[in-house]
Amino acid sequence: MYRATVGTRQYVFPDLATLMAKASPLRSGDQLAGLAAESGEERVAAQFALADLPLTAFLEQSVVPYEHDAVTRLIIDTHDRAAFAPIAHLTVGGFRDWLLADHVTGASLAALAPGVTPEMAAAVSKISRVQDLMLIAAKCAVVTRFRNTIGLPGRLSVRLQPNHPTDDAHGIAASILDGLLLGAGDAVIGINPATDSPERAHALLSMLEDIRSKLDIPTQSCVLAHVTTVLDLIGRGSPVDLVFQSIAGTEAANASFGIDLALLEEAQAAALSLGRGTVGDNVMYFETGQGSALSADAHHGVDQQTLEARAYAVARRFKPLLVNTVVGFIGPEYLFDGKQIMRAGLEDHFCGKLLGVPMGVDVCYTNHAEADQDDADALLALLVAAGVNFVMGVPGADDVMLGYQSTSFHDALAMREVFGRRPAPEFEAWLDRQGLIDDESRIRPHGVPGRFRLLLPA
Amino acid sequence: MSDKTANASPSDPSGRSPVGAEHEELWDRLRRLTAARIGLKRSGASLATGPLLDFQLAHARARDAVHEPLDIGRLTSELAALALPVVEIASDAEDRQRYLMRPDLGRRLSPQAPAALAPHAGAYDIVFVVADGLSARAVQMHAQPVLEGVLPALRADGWRIAPLVIVRHGRVAVGDVIARALGAECVTILIGERPGLTAPDSMGAYLTWQPDAQTTDAQRNCISNIRPEGIGYAEAAFKLAHLLRAMRMQRRSGVQLKDDSDRLLIGQ
Repeated sequence: MYRATVGTRQYVFPDLATLMAKASPLRSGDQLAGLAAESGEERVAAQFALADLPLTAFLEQSVVPYEHDAVTRLIIDTHDRAAFAPIAHLTVGGFRDWLLADHVTGASLAALAPGVTPEMAAAVSKISRVQDLMLIAAKCAVVTRFRNTIGLPGRLSVRLQPNHPTDDAHGIAASILDGLLLGAGDAVIGINPATDSPERAHALLSMLEDIRSKLDIPTQSCVLAHVTTVLDLIGRGSPVDLVFQSIAGTEAANASFGIDLALLEEAQAAALSLGRGTVGDNVMYFETGQGSALSADAHHGVDQQTLEARAYAVARRFKPLLVNTVVGFIGPEYLFDGKQIMRAGLEDHFCGKLLGVPMGVDVCYTNHAEADQDDADALLALLVAAGVNFVMGVPGADDVMLGYQSTSFHDALAMREVFGRRPAPEFEAWLDRQGLIDDESRIRPHGVPGRFRLLLPA
Repeated sequence: MSDKTANASPSDPSGRSPVGAEHEELWDRLRRLTAARIGLKRSGASLATGPLLDFQLAHARARDAVHEPLDIGRLTSELAALALPVVEIASDAEDRQRYLMRPDLGRRLSPQAPAALAPHAGAYDIVFVVADGLSARAVQMHAQPVLEGVLPALRADGWRIAPLVIVRHGRVAVGDVIARALGAECVTILIGERPGLTAPDSMGAYLTWQPDAQTTDAQRNCISNIRPEGIGYAEAAFKLAHLLRAMRMQRRSGVQLKDDSDRLLIGQ
């Protein structure tokens, strides 16, 4: 039972999940679930009560019962008490002040990460403004490697997303060509296949492997098919760099995706057994997004932002190369408008980084949400300022297969210039060798270099 | 609308030098391979004005498509050619705004719907449901031609096919409730997908074996992006019939039932 008195009124929150939900900044998904605060005052009262809560409370009580949920068990059983020690005496409010303090550096935050639970990260985000979420996340560097190095300070990587409505190989190659010329693809060249067929996924993987080896690109490829499909393909000898899977913050939500922790472990082991990474062994690519657990009716009365942070606990277990919150994809019933999408994107990035997860963000919106390109531009700039590891690069920001708007190759160019961010070092050197970087260190294609014509249909 | 022009060299704003002309020709050729917005003209690190405004126009049109209502009268008369009784019902979402904000209502039937379905209850192998989803235009255009392709194949195999059900303001899971109400062993719902900028009329088909109140999305199979420029009518009908036969034989649907129809298509 938690209480806060505001003026003459006392607010009571019966349990931790209720307190966390009522303290959450307004979003439509929590309203849909019937969990949101009923007034602005109730929300701030909950934030006061949450700020006074000792962090140790999160180790004593779980928002989703330990006995019923494998994600809770993972969080509790792998919690690192020694790493937690520097903040063990703090309340949630004290934790916010500590995170912002000058003496807390990137190195302290990296050491702290295994001691932070998703619920602690979510709690402190709920009493933080966007500016705090940026300041703290900007201190964190989470660096991962496969064929290049992603997440170094001063760098911004881009997933090249060359989707095609019918998975046409030539159409996909044309989008890849466009993206590479504009400096995209250092995070991954990753295709969402139009259908989850093993034959198609194999054909796409082979095509990506062919392009990557012909042009000798220091990057990795991925076909974002279901983990079971890719596991089978590994067994059949397909050239798999990264294993992709959508994940969520409860066991039941993961079950709705057709996965559990054992399956992810099996997939990671299978990908590692191929030994295809040249500079590192981060072989997993996860995608998440607030609202997925509620959408699967697997939220256990917990607010969507807390559950999203729990998905990062699943992710970090498997040492991923990339974790991507697809923040505006789910639609207006979970994040109503540009303002809610913006806040959620910065919360996700913050919580992921605090937990030691290599966060990227698909800054995106659908056509049934109250959002437009101006909202996307604003969130993208805030995330780059906060040090996001990678963003999406979709031709013209228009994904013609998934039917939503993401960020474009040009958006990434603009952000690299406004904030002075450079691609992953190995990829940057490759761009330079291809003659795609001008004397001012800007990515500026002048024509199609001869080797790139290998991508074109005969 | 302005033409999308190639990455012209900044030193040549006209894009008409030999190099610029060659690029235009190259990107024109590549654009025939994909609807993606490739080779957009640049101004510095950003988009040139032409492609910027093209995008704004496409977004405005897609926004308009989300709010376009389903013309049930027209759809019903077009579906009459399929020689199946047609039942029109609504979900529990009474208008478009409620539908967008409350997916739970779109998964439930309106209070009047059970009475409309009851006279048609029986023992069927399959029920086909058509729902507006997020693009009424998609099912308005593509539901009838796909059903025309798939129904004869199933009839030839002796499937008992329930009356066709049209749902206003429906979500995918509304099909589960309908299958149970009619006594159908599996359900295929044809539904308008989220309108994209280049595809405001994309239709999805979701297949579910023995749906019940506990059914999750992992237990469904999906064929997405059905429209003439995506998965065409004949291919969609072929995939659908193939998946349905496999589902019935294996008595399951979802992630364990892989769509291996590509192998058959390639083998044809």
